[in-house]
This record gives sequence, structure tokens and C-alpha cells, in this order.
Amino acid sequence: MSLIEGRGLACTRGFATLFRDVSFRVGAGEWLAVRGPNGSGKTTLLRCAAGLSRADKGEFTREGALLYGGHLPGIKDDLTTQENLEGALSLRGVDVEASAVADALARAGLERRRHLPARRLSAGQRRRIGLARLMLDPAPIWVLDEPLTALDDEGQQLFAHLLSRHLDRGGVALLATHHDLAPRPARELRMGA
Amino acid sequence: MSVAASSLPLARPGSFAAGFAWAFSRDLTLSMRHPGETLLVVAFFVLVATLFPLGVGADPQLLARIGPGVIWVCALLAAFLSLPALFAGDYTDGCLEQMMLSPHPMPGWASGKIAAHWVASGLPLTVLSPLLGLQYGLDAGTLGTLAVALLLGTPILSLLGAACSALTLGARGGGVLLALLALPLFVPVLIFGAGAADAQAAGLSPAPHLSLLGAGLILAVMGLPFAACTAIRIALD
Repeated sequence: MSLIEGRGLACTRGFATLFRDVSFRVGAGEWLAVRGPNGSGKTTLLRCAAGLSRADKGEFTREGALLYGGHLPGIKDDLTTQENLEGALSLRGVDVEASAVADALARAGLERRRHLPARRLSAGQRRRIGLARLMLDPAPIWVLDEPLTALDDEGQQLFAHLLSRHLDRGGVALLATHHDLAPRPARELRMGA
Repeated sequence: MSVAASSLPLARPGSFAAGFAWAFSRDLTLSMRHPGETLLVVAFFVLVATLFPLGVGADPQLLARIGPGVIWVCALLAAFLSLPALFAGDYTDGCLEQMMLSPHPMPGWASGKIAAHWVASGLPLTVLSPLLGLQYGLDAGTLGTLAVALLLGTPILSLLGAACSALTLGARGGGVLLALLALPLFVPVLIFGAGAADAQAAGLSPAPHLSLLGAGLILAVMGLPFAACTAIRIALD
């Protein structure tokens, strides 16, 4: 069973308390929407959940591999679209066949951009490399920060589709987003209330 | 669970070797896509080392006397040139986050990056050094010792520089700060490295200097990747 849980989390940055006494639990097949105004600590919470930052108080339980997608796309401008995707997957120890990579890129709408260096991609197309990665990475826990930024309507629908497929498989997702998504979140976490 | 297993590939568990190989091959690919950076380091080394004989005059004895030291200082400064970009690129585009969250242990991929940095900067300097030594009229034995000393010393420069470079991640004016941090730490390497060639030129055995450099390299390989990892973890927090 995949699961991500946080208990009694608190985080301060300098003199500012970003959040205090935040608890959540997301079980298999559920996703949690982290919502709140800009600057309310959503990104910090997600970075703590992913294990990049440390919360000052509280603890996390993670059962299963975790896939994090932050504000920074993690894409090298000098590598091609395909190399970026393959590199990201092999970094995570995921072996996929060339046909599966080509297929994922085609579904993400990047078929004709496969061999272009990433510097020539638009912001939305860079995001789509991330979508192709979501298709191929088996990690059961997704922690994604504003995954819909810069995506067009079709890209947002594709993301919603991937999310519902992920949840059907028993996956878990923790998403910070201002958008409404087709699979309804099991719960919402309001930050900065 | 069974659905996930049947339709998606399984991820392999991470290992030091796999992380090393991944980072090493990726960084080498990147530096081959952009050979300008490596060429810049090499060109700087060749130019500065060539300026000295022009500046101090053609006195063969003086040139032979200062040659090893000058070549070492030039190599040290050239190796320093590419240090600020070692982790900064991956830091600003988010790759460092992804590496940190990968299943591979941090020292694995960090060592891979450092090794790739050495191959793209320290190794070409080592290979070129005997050629530059000819300008100073160094004899064959001294040229050989100089190259061996650089072979042992430049990896230490990459390792020390990597730890300092990781410490300055996210700091404003990182380049200048890096110079202040790293250059003093390079001093022992410079002393023993230039000392080896000096000893050879004076007819003494360079073995003690080279042994000390070798010992320093072993210590650096064992410890500094971990220091760099700690610094990266702090920078990303």
C-alpha cells in the first residue's frame, strides 16, 4: 500500500512562521490538494514532504517511491527532449524501452520535438517532458508543485487523465494547485488560513 | 499493486556505481556538446604559461628555475575557471533536486560529477603540461615529474574545488567567494606539486613530494565528496 502522511508539521523561515501544526494523510487511490494564497508555504510543505527540506517539527511517513516535480523543471538546455526524458528516468533507475519513450513523447505531443535541444522548447513543452515522465515512472507517490503551470487546455486534460490513471493503480498524489481537476481531491489542505 | 507491476517498469534500487556512472556520462556528454568551456580552460592555461617566458626574458637558467612553479600556478588558476559552474547549472535548472531525490546515494553522483569535471579540465592540463614545460627548457626528467605531479594534484583541485563550489551555491557573488574559499586550500597542493618538479630539477628524488600528493589524493577522494554532499543538502534546504 502506498501512503504519505505528515503529522504535526511546523516550519519557520527566518522569523516568519510559514505553517504550524499541519497534519495530513493520503492513502492509496487518493490525492490531496494543497491550496492557499501565494506565499502561504505550499512549496515549502511539498519540499518537506519530498525530503528536500526539513520541517522544524513533526514527521513524515512515506511508503513507496516518491516522484517530485517542483517549480524548476530539471531539464538540461543542451540535451534533446528525448535525452532529457531518458536521463531523468535512468537517474531514477527506471529501464524503459526506446519504443515506450517514443510513445510517451508522442502522447505528450512532443513527437516532432524529440531531437530538438530543450533550449528550443517553450515553457509548456518543457512541462510536457514532465508529463511524459509521469507516464513512465512507476513511483506510487507523486508530489507535484503547480503541475498545470504553462500547460494549455489539452495539456491540462492530459495531466488530469494521467492523475486518474495513477490513482486507479493505487497511487497517491500530493498536489499544490490553484486549478480544479477532474478527479476530485479526497481532501483539501488549506494553507495560511 | 499487481496492476502497477504489470503495466509499468519496476525501478531498480539505487547504488553508488550507478549514480556515479549516470552523472559522469551525463556531464561528459554536456561538456562535449559545449566544448567551449574545456577549450577555454586549456587556452587560458596555454596563454598564461606562454606569457611568462615573454615577460621575464629569455634567460634559460631563470626560466628553468621558475618553470615548474609557473606551470603549476597556471594549471591551478585554469582548473579554477570552470569550478563555479560545477554545481551551479544543476542548481538553477532543478537537476540537483532530482539527483538528490534519486535512489542513488548522494556521494555516488557527486563523485561522478567531480570525476567528469577532472576529465574535462585537469586531464587536458596534465597532458599539455610537458609541452608547455619545453618553453622553459625543462629537461625530460623534470617534464615527466611535472606531469606525474599534475596527474596526482589536479584531481585534488577538482575535489577541493567541488566542496567549495557546493558551499557557495545560492550565494550572491558566488564566484568571488569561491576564489576566496578555494584558492587558499589549493596552497598545499601547489607546494608539493611544484616541489616535486623542483626536487627533480635539483637532482633530488621527487618521491617524497609525490607520495604526499598521493596521500592527499586518497584523503580527498575519501572525504571531500561527502563534504560536497553536505553542502548541497544545506543549499537545497
